[in-house]
Amino acid sequence: MTTTTLRAGSAPARTGTTDRGPAASRARRKRLLHWIAVHSVAVAAALFFVLPFVFVFLTSVMSDDQAMSGELWPHEWNWSNYATVFSTPGFLDWWRNSLMYAGLGTLFTVCSAIPVAYALAKFRFRGRRTAMLLVISTMMLPPQVIVIPMYLVWAQQLHLSGSLWPLIIPMAFGDAYSIFLLRQFLLTIPQEYIESAKVDGCGEARTLLRIIVPMAKPGIAAVALFQFFYCWNDYFGPQIYAAQNPAAWTLSYGLESFKSAHSVNWNLTMAATLLVMAPVIIVFFFAQKAFVEGVTLTGVKG
Amino acid sequence: MSLVESPERPAATAPRPKAPALRRKHLRQRLRTLGFLSPWLVGFSVFFGYPLLATVYFSFMHYNQIEQPSFVGLRNWKYVFTQMPLFGPALWNTLWLVVVMVALRVVFGLGIGLLVTKIKSGVGFFRTAFYLPYLAPPVAATVAFVFLLNPGTGPVNEILEAVGIPAPGWFNDAAWAKPSLVMLSLWGIGDLMVIFMAALLDVPKEQYEAAELDGAGAWARFRYVTWPSITPIVLFAVVTGVVQTMQYYTQALVAGKLASGVTIGPGTVIQPGYPDHSTLTVPQLVYSLGFQNFNTGAACVLSLVLFVIAMAVTTLLMRKRAGLLPAED
Repeated sequence: MTTTTLRAGSAPARTGTTDRGPAASRARRKRLLHWIAVHSVAVAAALFFVLPFVFVFLTSVMSDDQAMSGELWPHEWNWSNYATVFSTPGFLDWWRNSLMYAGLGTLFTVCSAIPVAYALAKFRFRGRRTAMLLVISTMMLPPQVIVIPMYLVWAQQLHLSGSLWPLIIPMAFGDAYSIFLLRQFLLTIPQEYIESAKVDGCGEARTLLRIIVPMAKPGIAAVALFQFFYCWNDYFGPQIYAAQNPAAWTLSYGLESFKSAHSVNWNLTMAATLLVMAPVIIVFFFAQKAFVEGVTLTGVKG
Repeated sequence: MSLVESPERPAATAPRPKAPALRRKHLRQRLRTLGFLSPWLVGFSVFFGYPLLATVYFSFMHYNQIEQPSFVGLRNWKYVFTQMPLFGPALWNTLWLVVVMVALRVVFGLGIGLLVTKIKSGVGFFRTAFYLPYLAPPVAATVAFVFLLNPGTGPVNEILEAVGIPAPGWFNDAAWAKPSLVMLSLWGIGDLMVIFMAALLDVPKEQYEAAELDGAGAWARFRYVTWPSITPIVLFAVVTGVVQTMQYYTQALVAGKLASGVTIGPGTVIQPGYPDHSTLTVPQLVYSLGFQNFNTGAACVLSLVLFVIAMAVTTLLMRKRAGLLPAED
């Protein structure tokens, strides 16, 4: 697996550092120039990635008038903009809905993905490859392909449109991406652990719960994080099922209408934008490793 | 639903005294497998198999979601391909985005990946800086970019004008709207960066040393050492990129709506794709047909067009494997 090598951004020390002669000093100058070139490019790139956040933040504390002016630095720091955003009607509901959608969705996904991924990774049965191909195909399919009949079922037969349940309930039945990611992780667990658990008299369920789940914690964490963010960021789903009922909107969906409601107030919109981004970024700082591992696992062969 | 309830060996333990032990064991194993797979089997048939068949069914029906559906044969198909005015632009925009966005994302992602592996000081800072935008919720990122690039009030044009560069209209200019979306997606390159970085660090160091001894320059080392060993990952990035861009929806929709500046009240039907349909993509057209114009038949036809293209790409991926499925069996 590649994740262990990720830390290796620090290159090994150069060999042969005998500081003598013009050749050595030329080599040293070349290294220094190389260092400067690489880091200048890196700083330039970092500006492209970081500046948008900085501008968004600076605008979020400007006064209403200044935010319209295109000026970069706030005359005064209006922290009260954040309070205004929070007291906007509906905003707290959207937080609650986002948390419910993301929380329950993640719980359901993890619980349903574990047994399926385990079977796909460790059982030998006929049709295993086909099953895997089907999982990957569903993962690849645009959600728009199946949304219309699904909407009709939820809205007309089950009368659940106007809520987030049509988005949450299906997650109890296996999400393709999570199954795939977790299966890639489980493949890296040596078969011997399972065999010896069996020798000790563990049934499959006990093996899964007592041996595999504890060993797969990093993989499960990655699945949980990705699913949480998927739900948190989802716009299409809430638009389909919750659009008519603002009380069921999530932050991601509500944010855009927030701009419409405060059509001139870019400062409030930017404050709200940062508030929508904040949980994701805070969680990232606590769980960087699981993230990077998850991305690598789905991208690189396991 | 907790893990403990995950169905394990359901009724399989019923004793079958006459069957040979081996057959009993096989049956039990099969039921065990089915039990573990059952959440997905149910999900796959109910939330994927059924709607897919229903989409095919509705594509031959006239259905406005109020009256009963009635069979119209190929009329929806003919309508979409020959008469629907927005199909052409939507397909063109989607393909444009697929080609340009995927190509630039791969090049840029690889570039950033290479850069990160070359950095000696402050790796942690740079890696985090390059990765964070990927995590920004798409809607939030889009709102932020529409503001940043806003011709009247945005800081970017302010800066461009200050240094004397004529500033474009970005999301408000039909010629610049798609490039603006591409820029937004390049900002969120973090996932590709991580994948490429991992692949680059996996290239055996000895090969570089050997190449250096042979007098290979930087380009030759990239071309003959790095490139061959990362091609599977590049292919993977291209194929998943194509499939993702086929679904491109949220950013295009939100950017168009916000840039157009219309206040969207309940029940307002606005034509997506501002300005001049330049950001209208096929998924947006599916939504607008199915949920705003209630032309279920045509929407389903378009869904199937997406399906066929995505399926073709996925099959290609499977054939090449591209590191998705480890060699096994």
